[in-house]
Formats: sequence, C-alpha cells, structure tokens
Amino acid sequence: MNAFSAILVRDTRLFFRAGGGAFLALAFFSSVAVLVPLGTGPDLALLGRIAGGVLWVAAVLAALLALDRMFQSDFDDGSLDLVALGPLSLEGVALAKIASHWLATGLPLTIVSPLLALMFNLPDRAYPALVASLAIGTPAVSAIGAIGAGLTLSIRRGNLILPLIVLPLLSPAVIFGAGGVLAAIDHVANGALWFLAAFSLVAVLLSPFAAAAAVRLNLAG
Amino acid sequence: MVFRGLGFRLRAGQALTVEGPNGSGKTSLLRVIAGFLRPEEGAIRLEMKDGQPVAAREERSAFIGWLGHQDGVKAQMTPREILRFHAQLYGVRQPDVGAALNLVALARVADLPVQYLSAGQKKRLALARLKLSDRPLWLLDEPLSALDAAGRALAAGLVRGHCAEGGMAIIATHEPLELETEKLLLAA
Repeated sequence: MNAFSAILVRDTRLFFRAGGGAFLALAFFSSVAVLVPLGTGPDLALLGRIAGGVLWVAAVLAALLALDRMFQSDFDDGSLDLVALGPLSLEGVALAKIASHWLATGLPLTIVSPLLALMFNLPDRAYPALVASLAIGTPAVSAIGAIGAGLTLSIRRGNLILPLIVLPLLSPAVIFGAGGVLAAIDHVANGALWFLAAFSLVAVLLSPFAAAAAVRLNLAG
Repeated sequence: MVFRGLGFRLRAGQALTVEGPNGSGKTSLLRVIAGFLRPEEGAIRLEMKDGQPVAAREERSAFIGWLGHQDGVKAQMTPREILRFHAQLYGVRQPDVGAALNLVALARVADLPVQYLSAGQKKRLALARLKLSDRPLWLLDEPLSALDAAGRALAAGLVRGHCAEGGMAIIATHEPLELETEKLLLAA
C-alpha cells in the first residue's frame, strides 16, 4: 500500500470516528432538509421547485462542517509535519485528503438526498438530476474547501472564517447544481450539469496545488 | 533574526545536542534542517554516505526522522494503527510494528485509543515511530519531556543504538540525555 492510499484510508476512518465530522455533516444536512418544508408550509408546488436549491445549500454547508478536520487537526497535533516529511508531495497529500473528505461528506449526502427530496415533493422526473448534480458537484466542494482549510489551518478558531473564504468560490456549484434540478422539473435542457461537471473537474485538478501552497506557507510560519 | 553565524558539521555515527534558553531558536534550527523553514542566509547541506548531496524533496524526505515537541499521534487511533499508518506512509518494507511497540513497552496498550494514554506513553509511541521510520538523520525536539526515568533511559538508548548503526541525531533539549554527544550552545 502506498503513501496516497495510506492517507486516504486513515483520514476516511478518522472522519467516521468519534468527533470526525462525517455523522455531524449528515445530521446537519438531514435536519435542514426536514426543517425547511416545515417552515415553508404545505405549498407542494413551491416546495418541489425550491428542493434543488435548498438541498444544495444544505449540502455545501454540511460539508463545510467537517473541513477543519482536513488539515487543522493534523497541524494541531504535529502529524502534519510527519506527513510533510513523507515521500508523497503535499499536492498528493491534499488530493488524498480531498478524496477522503468527499467519501465522508459528499458521498453520504448524495446517497441520502433522494430520501430527503421526498420531504419536498420533488417531481419524480427530477430525482436523477438531483442525485447526479450532487454526485458531480460535491467533489468540487471538498476540493475548494481544501484551499480554505489550508489557508486557515494555523488560525485558532479558523473554521469560523473558513466559510467566508470558501462559500463565494462555491457559488457556481450551487447555481449549476440547483439549476440542473430545476431544468429537469421544467423539461428544459440547459446544460447546467455539464457546466457543473466542468467546474468540478477544474476545481479537483487545481485545488490540490493551491491547498498545498497554503499548507507549505503555514508549515514555515 | 533568531540566530546568525551558526556552523556545524555532523558525520555518520555522531549526535549533536543543541542547548540554549527558551526562545534561542532550537526548534527553528530543527525546522530549518528539516526544510520547513528557509534560512534567511546560509545553507544546510545533507550528504549521503557516498558524498552525493541530498537535494530533491523525495531524497530529503527519506533522510529525516522527525520527533517534534508535539507527538503527532491521533487521539482516536490506537498505537498499532498509528505505527502501521506511518510505516505505510514512509514506505517501510516489512515493518515490525509489534517489535517496535515492545521496544517502548507499549504492547499492553497497543489496541487502546491513544486518548487513554498518558503524555509519557504518547512520547514513547512517538519514539517507536521514529525507530520504525528508519531514517538516517534524527531530529529530536525535547525528546525527554513527559518521560519517566525508564523512558529517558530508553530514549538515550535508542539514540545511542541509532548512532552505533551509523545514524546521526540532532537533539534540541534543556535536559541533556545521558549520552556522549557534540554540543552546540545557542545564545538567547
């Protein structure tokens, strides 16, 4: 087993252990998805139309909850130094950590999303678009989140300013993701999911470099 | 400026103790050697046994064993998992995790989450990881903190054994190990 999979497996396990954040993200996502229909009232047509947007915003916020475990906990206990002295470049480390964050947040959120869409009376024809948009788009959330996590890793309570850095960068994912669900409801083909896929691909390809540069800066500080 | 005009040379089999008051730059010196910090002036030159310079990042990472003042152990993982992880991360061939745990007398708590371990036991775990990582140059930052008498003897023994096998060690500490080493004194 090489260094990349060693980090991937360790971090994914840690996300699912006590205090790891995976279950917290899932519980947060589910709570929001249950509360919004209760607050909006029983206007089924309205609920169906806002389902995509609400679930997407909830998914992004839920994924952010676990971001401080990506680099900050390793920095705080000194293991980031040891990882940095390993044979894997920090870019590779960042990619492994992005993948494990996605396995712990994006993937479970995608899997439960059809269940939660029931609360919104989402039209049947839009289910594939909802699941597809989350499956395509949540890797971008983890990837761009890694940049924020790298930048704020040495700041005490840095997880409080992390959303301010990450959320504006994630607005394209929310726009195209929710837009794809709406397009499916309205029977229009606007290519939102393709834009989402392109955005996600670029984010996953470029973010490891930015995150690694941010981590390197903090290790020297 | 933390320190200036510093120069030393360490050969295979030698250990160096870096002493100095708080804030004199002992940790910074170790971080410069490890490559985390860039020196304002001057250079660190690492050479392999055959005189070839260690330049590339991969080579340097295969050269340095790190024991920071933080132990770098995860509260939710067990000692055995932590040693296995680092052996995989560092590409150690056929790591003997059980022997490493026996060496630092942690076999009894090998499968207990680290959060139940004492500070001294965590330091012992970090020592076991250092031994297991099998790197020629050890950088140790306050290796004796939180260790009991047996633990101190163990740490000194590990460094002695490492140097006897041709390794090198640079130890930043207030409390000298019971060990014959070169000395470097940093001024405040």
